[in-house]
This record gives sequence, structure tokens and C-alpha cells, in this order.
Amino acid sequence: MSATTSTKPIDPLDYLEIDTLLSDEERLIRDTVRAWVQDTIVPNVGDWFEEGTLPMSLAAELGRLGLFGMHLDGYGCAGASSVAYGLACLELEAGDSGIRSFVSVQGSLAMFAIWKWGSEEQKQQWLPAMATGERLGCFGLTEPDAGSDPGAMRTHARRDGSDWVLNGAKMWITNGSVADVAVVWAQTDDGVRGFLVERGTKGFTTPDIKKKLSLRASITSELVLADVRLPADALLPEVKGLRGPLSCLNEARYGIVWGAVGAGRACYEAALDYAKTRIAFGKPIAATQLQQQKLAEMATEVNRGLLVALQIGRLKDAGLVRPEHVSMGKFGNARGALEVARMARTVLGANGITLEYPVIRHMNNLESVYTYEGTHDVHALVIGGAVTGHQAFR
Amino acid sequence: MKIAICVKEVPDPTAEKRIDPGTNRLVRTGENTLNPYDRHAIEEAVRIKESGVETEISIVLVGPASAARTVDKALAQGGDRSVHLADDGLADSDILATSRALAALLERDAYDLVLFGQQASDAECYVMAAAVAERLDRPCVSQAASLTLDGSTLRVKRQVETGYDTVEMPLPAVVSVSDAINEPRYPSLPAIMGAKRKPHEVLSLADAGIDPDTVGGAGSRTTVRGLSKPAGRGASVRIEDDGTAAEKILAFLVENKVVV
Repeated sequence: MSATTSTKPIDPLDYLEIDTLLSDEERLIRDTVRAWVQDTIVPNVGDWFEEGTLPMSLAAELGRLGLFGMHLDGYGCAGASSVAYGLACLELEAGDSGIRSFVSVQGSLAMFAIWKWGSEEQKQQWLPAMATGERLGCFGLTEPDAGSDPGAMRTHARRDGSDWVLNGAKMWITNGSVADVAVVWAQTDDGVRGFLVERGTKGFTTPDIKKKLSLRASITSELVLADVRLPADALLPEVKGLRGPLSCLNEARYGIVWGAVGAGRACYEAALDYAKTRIAFGKPIAATQLQQQKLAEMATEVNRGLLVALQIGRLKDAGLVRPEHVSMGKFGNARGALEVARMARTVLGANGITLEYPVIRHMNNLESVYTYEGTHDVHALVIGGAVTGHQAFR
Repeated sequence: MKIAICVKEVPDPTAEKRIDPGTNRLVRTGENTLNPYDRHAIEEAVRIKESGVETEISIVLVGPASAARTVDKALAQGGDRSVHLADDGLADSDILATSRALAALLERDAYDLVLFGQQASDAECYVMAAAVAERLDRPCVSQAASLTLDGSTLRVKRQVETGYDTVEMPLPAVVSVSDAINEPRYPSLPAIMGAKRKPHEVLSLADAGIDPDTVGGAGSRTTVRGLSKPAGRGASVRIEDDGTAAEKILAFLVENKVVV
């Protein structure tokens, strides 16, 4: 039997040496996004969170880096692998879930919808400018009374000559009021269809949702459609039915599988650093059994979540991923990250509740991550359905 | 305009440096990366290119085959092609030997401008640019804080203790740029992904026409005979602020005739 032990010391920040599972290019992409987040996001995001803003100057920078729609091919998109996209999501969310949401909504929801289901003219018109961040997009599926059950949506589109007339409202729409184009899903006589609604269209308004205590460094809006008249070519021609929006959500959820690990990692690292330097009863609290147990739990969860994300990413790159895989990743990793954040919060004591440290911000953000893009409960039902053969929510 | 950037692979500058007590050499078995100072040289070349001067940027590296990753990193930062001299015979090269190898590579392709970062973060050596310039018999300026091209003349603002020198020199020339000359950009994803597709030239000593006896251990003239820690700073006084720290510091400065 060959040797089973290594003399290499444990790296607290890469306990299981998961780096060795990444290619040089994947690591360089990861390192670049990490450095950008460290320089651009980390020093400022506490203030943005407190003020409830997100500077739109970030769009051009993210566009220059090539992060918008980075996993799509052509039309000015980088054509990166799913794993590379996931690593970028992880690093962005280690900065803040709001930043990752900004990029996910642009790339995985709005751009993906146009890229996958749009006409050639729609792709040419929107995708290159969205890849550079010059134009922004949002995605309207959820409604005030239809979240987990999108088939119950009330927004509808009726034909009037060759035009379409849309009425209804969409809720909890990230980037809604800053978007140049909204991908809006609506019931028609022919099933659910997607439409591109440009900002400024008569009858289309996007009031922001205020008083959020989570994802504050992110813009969340309503989309109100009152007799919005659209030309025939505003319709996404290539898809009918809920398959359209659900395919996009599956892309965005995939990013969350990774992103949640980033938020959890940031909390773990903050807790580890704090525990090593905070002295109580004459020694660092890191030397106490209770705090060590918490750090052990956190380190284990971060490593476990990353391995799950990486496996789902490899399946996706091999063309073998199923929505049920992504559900398990989102289910486990969002919950794991929230548990890590709560545990880290206690390690930091009172400092754990200030924006001087990243922990409470991530913790509050993760409360949204836990229930958006498919609630924790719905993902449990997807996994439950897959393992039992019984679909409990239908 | 042909610009060469001489880059080096160094141990991760964020990790603690360790010396192998057996060989008195820096341990290089950990994570290695692009010398961070070289990013400023690449950025400066990219800015020359972006100013409208038709430019080809070559990344030139002397180092083991495993340094191909660092070559790609430098290309992602803004190079158009690379020349990588990778040969086991280069191991143990000192400044003298490495400068000989670099000069040989640089002489192959008539570059108008050769750029270096101000220093290498491993051995903190600042002199490679001067050594290479000497071998190429080219003018050389170090610590460049700005570069201005005017036809075949290069104007360099150079930081010195008392301010700035402005130096003009004809091309071809060799310049090492200060880390204050620019803020290197983050490479974009397409640039990272495109690095591997750029032309890579990997050469052996024989390919480059370099006599193995003039490089590596055989071509080096320095040996590390011993290592010791720097002398301590001597007695120091620690003043805790109990409200009288300012007075104590003033008294100390007066006593030592720093202020009167």
C-alpha cells in the first residue's frame, strides 16, 4: 500500500486542497475576480448596504472584465465554462450577494433568455451591448401572488392586430428600475410567452421596493404593465410555456449554488481571523473549545459546499446536468451558507452585528438567497420527487 | 514598434519566504506566480499600444517549463506573443548568467524597447535591467515614473530622492518602470481565455544558440556563502498612552536633540 499521509500542512483557507481540482485557467479567472472584488467591492459594500444603493458605474467595470453573460457563446460573450462561471459567482458573492445577483440577473436571466429563446435580430440588438454593461436587463416572472407557482401568473398579453397588449405586475425584480430591457413572461391564449419590454414604453413603470433588510446593495423593483403595447417582434419567438422562464431560472440557480459558498466562505474567514486575534481570559478565543467547534463546522460546510458546486459544474460542462442536480446544490449550499453566517455571527460577538465586518450583511442577504430562485421548500420537493418518484407539489 | 517585457516567475509574494538551509536558496516549491512588479511594465506597454502606436508586445521569460502558467498570466495581462527559454541547464543561474540568457533572447528579435518591472519580489533584485542593457549595449533608465514616445526618442521621467529627472534617449533602449507608473488593470475573461491561443515560442538553450557553459551554475560567478539575520534595531522604548504619551515623546525627542 502506498503512503497515505502528506507532510504538507493544512491550509485553513483551502482545507481539502480543492484548488488542485481546478485548471490553471479556472484558477486565474477565480484569482482575477477575487482580486477585483477585494479592491472594488469589499471596501465599499458596507456603505452601499447601509445606504441601500448599488453604484451603476460597476456595470461598465463588470462588462470590461467580461463577466456579463460570460458562459454564453458569441455576441460579445466570453464563452467560458460553467465551472469558470461558477467560480466567478462564488467570488462575486464573497463580496456581496447583491453583486452576484446583479451579474446573475443580467447574464443568466436576461441575456440567457434572449440568447436561448430570442430571434437573431433580438440577439444582435441586445446581447453585445449587455455583455459590455452598456445596456442592462431584468427578468420578470414572479408576481405579487405567484412565486413558487409561476403557472398561476396573472400578467397576460393579448393580440391586437399584429401588436401585443400586456397588463399585469411583476414583483421582486432585481435591476428592474435600472434595466434598459425587461424580459417579461405573460399568459397568452397560446400559453406562457416571453416579451422584451424596453424602458420608456408607454404604460410600463418600475417603482423600487424599499424598506428591505436584506440585499440592500441591490436594486429591487416592481414592474407595472398597464396596457403596454408592444410590436410583434417584441415576442421571444423560440419558446412557449413555462419551460422558457424555468430554463433561465435553472441557469441563475446554478450560479447561486456557487455564490452561496462564497458568502459562507467570507463569513468563515472573518470568524477565523477574528477568533485568532480576539483575546478573552488571556488567550485568543480561537484556542477555546466552543469557538473551535464552530470554526470546524464552518470550515467543513464551506469545503463540502464547494465540492458539491464543483461536481454540478463538471456535470454541466459535460452536458449531463439535470435541474434536480441544481436543486440539490441550491438547497444544500444556501442552507449551509446561512448556517455558517449565523455561526460566524456568534463568534464575532457584538462586532458581528456591525457593517464594519461582513458577517451580518451576508447573513441578512442569505435570508433572501434561501428563498429566492426557488424557495428552500420547493427545492426540497424537487429532490424529494426525484428520489421517490412522487411529485408532492403537483 | 516591438516591445519586449522581461518577466519573472516568483514564489507567491503573499506567502512567507523560506530559505533551504542546505542550499542557502529560496524555496520555490510552493505556489509560483508572475512577479507583481512586472504587471506595471506590461500595463505600460499596453497603454503605448492603446495610444495608437502600432505595437507588438512580447513576453520574454527565462524559467522552468512549469512557468508556462506564468507566461499565460502575463499574456492575459496584455502580451501578444511569448518567448520562453526553458532548459534544465538554466538551473542555479545568478544575475550574471540570467542576464546573458535574456540578452541572447532579446538579440534574436530586434526590439525597439525592452521593459522590466522595477524589481523581482523574490530576491528583491533591482539590477537585471541594467545588466541586460549592458550586454545589449543599449541606454538604460531605472525607476521610470512615466514614458513618452516621440518618434524614435523616448522621454522618461525618473523618480529620484529630490524629485524627478527627465531623461531622453534614442531607441532601442531598456527601461525598468517603477510601481507608481500606473495601476495595472485586471485582465478580462476573454484575455485570460485567449492567452493560450496566442503564439508561444518555447526554446531550449540549443534553440536559442546559448552555450550551456555560460549559463546555469557553470555560468554563474556568485555563491551564497552564508546567511544571517539583519542586526536588531537596538534598545527601543515602548510608550503606552496613559494620557501623557505626547509629553513623553517630546521629552525623548528633546533629550536626543531631534527637536530643540
